[in-house]
Amino acid sequence: MSMAEAIIVTIIVASTPLLLAALGELVAERSGVLNLGVEGMMIMGAVAGFIATYETGQPVVGIVAAILAGMLMASLFAFVTLVLVANQVASGLALTLLGIGFSALIGESYANKPGIKLAQIRIPGLSDIPFIGPIVFGQDPLVYVTIALVIGVSYVMFRTRAGLILRAVGDNHVSAHALGYGVVRVRFLAVLFGGACAGLAGAYLSLVSTSQWLDNMTAGRGWIALALVVFATWLPWRLAIGAVLFGAVGILQFHAQALGIRVPAQFLSALPYLITIVVLVLISGNRMLMRSNTPAMLGQSFVPDR
Amino acid sequence: MRIELIRRPERSKAMAWLSPVIAVVLTLVAGALIFAASGIDPLQGLYVYFLEPLTLPFTLSELVVKAIPIIIVAVGLALCYLSNNWNIGAEGQLTVGAIVGSLLPILAPDFQNVLTLPLMLLLGIIGGALYASIPALLKTRFGTNEILTSLMLVYVATYLLDWLVRGPLRDPQGYGFPGSRTFTDFQVMPTLIAGTRVHLGLILVLVAVAGAWFVLRRTITGFAISTLGQAPRAGAFAGFSQKRMTLLVFLISGGLAGLAGIAEVAGPVGKLDVVISPGYGFTAIIVAFLGRLNPVAIVVAGLVLALSYIGGERAQIVLGMSSQTGRVFQGLLLFFVLACDTFILYRVRWVKPVHAAVAARPAE
Repeated sequence: MSMAEAIIVTIIVASTPLLLAALGELVAERSGVLNLGVEGMMIMGAVAGFIATYETGQPVVGIVAAILAGMLMASLFAFVTLVLVANQVASGLALTLLGIGFSALIGESYANKPGIKLAQIRIPGLSDIPFIGPIVFGQDPLVYVTIALVIGVSYVMFRTRAGLILRAVGDNHVSAHALGYGVVRVRFLAVLFGGACAGLAGAYLSLVSTSQWLDNMTAGRGWIALALVVFATWLPWRLAIGAVLFGAVGILQFHAQALGIRVPAQFLSALPYLITIVVLVLISGNRMLMRSNTPAMLGQSFVPDR
Repeated sequence: MRIELIRRPERSKAMAWLSPVIAVVLTLVAGALIFAASGIDPLQGLYVYFLEPLTLPFTLSELVVKAIPIIIVAVGLALCYLSNNWNIGAEGQLTVGAIVGSLLPILAPDFQNVLTLPLMLLLGIIGGALYASIPALLKTRFGTNEILTSLMLVYVATYLLDWLVRGPLRDPQGYGFPGSRTFTDFQVMPTLIAGTRVHLGLILVLVAVAGAWFVLRRTITGFAISTLGQAPRAGAFAGFSQKRMTLLVFLISGGLAGLAGIAEVAGPVGKLDVVISPGYGFTAIIVAFLGRLNPVAIVVAGLVLALSYIGGERAQIVLGMSSQTGRVFQGLLLFFVLACDTFILYRVRWVKPVHAAVAARPAE
């Protein structure tokens, strides 16, 4: 593999979990719910995916377990914020703290154990094409699932009735309620979808990126996914661009030496977080861009009048 | 069956008091379940974790030592959250406060007199406040979400500390180990109670709590904080500036977090080390909410959360429990507090769907 090929492949591996988690959060936010617990759902997905795969030897079981773990965490958040109308910001933080603690507790005895890596797809013939082959036809299956999800979410959100209802609930829950749509039900489902995506993103980290379980291994990726949603101004296809950009910054530290960049390692590790701040400032400084797509009810609780 | 919330005519005073207590009890119940799942007798587990530390002089004093930074940070955060500003990067502000405050003893080790420690504390406050001003200014100037920026800066601060203690600020006589030189004499927090590690920070806690209480209850600034938090439009009509408030509460909370940071480094830690806080900045968020954002109640809440650290250490030694259990308790506790707070404003009614047509009405 050439240097360029290696860099492109690592960018894809670094971007996929960001894109997955951000896509789920985007759907939840479009319904008007700000779930700051992405990091917590993601790390629970990572630990559940690793343990289930380790115990059964089947990565597919691990992936299902990760999705379920993410959804379980999401349902906890949804119950507290949607049914009991608790503050969404604080509840999201609680979800993250709980997820980091709980994953460390149940994953403790699995740390440093050899995991099973999800196999890459090989299509005879196509995967052997120089350069294009390994990049386009030789990724792990979750990369293709992620791409399909981005297209699917884009389609459902802007071309179907279900998507219209989702956005209506996110933009004006009082009107949506008056029209007879179940605001809480729609939001609950959107949050669950977000949890499933975050769980899958976590499994990607422990089954593809590293194939091992490490305490706190998400390392802020859930928060970067949240920033990505703002970066994308709540449009799915822009998420993909953002994820590749952030993924590229994230892997810079691994290629910096080969590229002849000589700065302290800690600076390169801090770079993704600094870039995130810069990008957030650039995007949010542009009022037009922000106002057009931000869900109007984002973060606001809804209690129907009776 | 489904749950229906009915708004109370006014805030329930009883629930406002009861809700944190119920949350703690629910956390204990969940704790018993976790102990049982780990193969430990739940009663013995709860005793070792939550009661025994309160009976031993050593653990009691350590409880206070742990509570000092948590309470100082939480008091500042309460002002932030009351005014609807979401500073969740206290951990980073604590780290930068510790770094800036440590510059004096590290760069001028021979500067030893009564002014040394006060200057260190002042530098710590300035460092934390300046670091907190970054998300505040980005919010007021560009409308950038302060939740994300303040959190991102935690990671940046952690890497900055890591670089400094392995590079420029490393002890030249430290045999290559990371960490600065150890602070001595006038550079350390004096111990208040002989034979324990309880230090001057305890006085700082009392000052911070009393100060915050005074500001909130007795000054126009305190009134502006709660008005802008609960009714931003009314606050604007009253002439209170949202932007100035954001900057003010971020500077206060950042300054207090920085103070907690330098007090830790000059106190129990003793030098600028690779790790200076086991997540006090995040624990303080839980404490602020458990204390209902009330400075006095935060003292009690801070002691409860400090117990989750001390009990965790005890349970690790006595029962062989995972050191991670404490973090699970902390996360659960915040969830229960937030859930229980619902009952201050609402009554809950269980509704049975009577008729299919009724049930098919727009759901809750």
